[in-house]
Amino acid sequence: MYDWPKISDIATAVRDKKSSAVENVQEALKRIKELNPEYNAVISVIEEESLKRAKSIDEDIVSGKPVGRLAGVPFIAKDNYLVFGADTTAASNILKGFRAPYQSTVVERLEAEGAICVAKANMDAFAHGGSTENSDFGVTKNPHDTERVPGGSSGGSAAAVSLGMVPFALGSDTGGSIRQPASFCGIVGLKPTYGLTSRSGVVAMASSTDCMGPMTTNVDDAALVLDVIAGKDELDSTTIEREEVSYTDLNESLKGKRIGVVKEWFDEGLDPEVKKCVEAAVETYKAAGADVKEVTLPSLPLALAVYYIVVPAELSSNLSRHDGQRYQYSAAGEDLQAVYKNTRSTGFGAEAKRRIMIGTHVLSSGYYDAYYKKAQLVRAKLIKEFEAAFEEVDFLMGPVAPTTAFKIGENEEPIQMYMQDMYSVAPSLAGLPALSVPCGDIEGLPVGLHIVAPNGKDRSLLAAAKQYEDMQS
Amino acid sequence: MSKFTREEVLKLAELSRLTLTDEEVEQYQKELSDILSYVEQLESVDVSGLKPAYQVSNLHTVTREDKIQTYQAQPAVMVKRAPKQEDGYIKVGRMI
Repeated sequence: MYDWPKISDIATAVRDKKSSAVENVQEALKRIKELNPEYNAVISVIEEESLKRAKSIDEDIVSGKPVGRLAGVPFIAKDNYLVFGADTTAASNILKGFRAPYQSTVVERLEAEGAICVAKANMDAFAHGGSTENSDFGVTKNPHDTERVPGGSSGGSAAAVSLGMVPFALGSDTGGSIRQPASFCGIVGLKPTYGLTSRSGVVAMASSTDCMGPMTTNVDDAALVLDVIAGKDELDSTTIEREEVSYTDLNESLKGKRIGVVKEWFDEGLDPEVKKCVEAAVETYKAAGADVKEVTLPSLPLALAVYYIVVPAELSSNLSRHDGQRYQYSAAGEDLQAVYKNTRSTGFGAEAKRRIMIGTHVLSSGYYDAYYKKAQLVRAKLIKEFEAAFEEVDFLMGPVAPTTAFKIGENEEPIQMYMQDMYSVAPSLAGLPALSVPCGDIEGLPVGLHIVAPNGKDRSLLAAAKQYEDMQS
Repeated sequence: MSKFTREEVLKLAELSRLTLTDEEVEQYQKELSDILSYVEQLESVDVSGLKPAYQVSNLHTVTREDKIQTYQAQPAVMVKRAPKQEDGYIKVGRMI
């Protein structure tokens, strides 16, 4: 595996002409070519355009033009982000050949600061899954053990960063899709507060919980990327104002901070070794002067059931646009209905079909109140319990996922796979910022510590993770 | 425990504009039943006094000034992404 310097150091070196954007992009492309045949982290490479952009940044530096805080830093975007220079497929056959007519806001903001997208990462098709096994481009291998999954759905992004293909990658998190692969691959993954990062130009999954966020090797890098991408965007009316203070300002002492260890996240489903790792991490906080106590949110065990009603409902609506009329892929049929059906039946994979039908069921007349409305009511109950918990503590902690990376093919039953999301979905349903920071390993397989903060406290969340990271080194 | 009949799965497939093979129907009968049985634990939860949380950002009726702006997304480019076009329009199959 390769390393990169910290992102701010890479950009400084480029601006000081100690290195160049072209060199960085060439290095990233070389590493992708070398590593990808074994790991399948990337499904398309943006070679020509990325080198062209790098060259123009280097020229701007020579001529003294301003080049931004991420000058010459290569990155990889999950394949559900619209990016020029490659197809945007969300790893699904139904979007094969689709070229972005515009770019996602997050990518635009990164490019405006001089960052360069060099490739698109593999994922579970349409972000449905926790292993990348649902990709129509084949599974991604975990960098720590190639017989195992990297997690998902942002598994390609996590593996790419863990392998050192690029200094950072973009993921998307609807119920854990940044945090769980970060945990499985031993990197930092941040799901910001809902609305802090724009969803514009990212293939929609569940609009009420979709969040865009960075996946990096360290907390400072995650903070810097967030600082560039965060804030209101008129192309996404659910976006919120960012904090005025830079997200990179992480000097917040842990002394006197109150940490709640969530009782329900240490249930019988949790692997005992993962439990030990996470408990040891919490002990580290205690030693640093934090005030640690157990908190209970009685409705948490219901979160997964709420999630698997709300999310299929929203995604079945979002995926209705794939009708063979708007995007490249269209299957022939004798009439319009047949075109719809043939396109969707051959284009969607098994998991998308499963979720579309569940979503359609829970939204259909006669079932709407019993399932969808009830789930949103229980969601409200959960949110109230989070609010009550945050009256007492500043952060909540627990495991990201019940196990370390599992073997490819091990969780074949859909319900088994859904259980992976047991601890990660509740913060998503409540819109809370949450992250995974590496907290050790079990026989070489990484474990992530899950930290959750109140709405809008993304900077405090990053600071808490940063203090932990500092205590590890 | 909910159990999806063959007819129910076929009806859902029709509503979802999907054609399923016999094998798929059987598979989804089982899988959808499993998922539904799992989520049915919400039935008995007491939610009195609560309002549904359809969204979490607490933003309401976001508006902006109605003025003409140039966006990166150009209609002519968007149209070209469709499988069939004619005279700058997306060409679709006959509806009625």
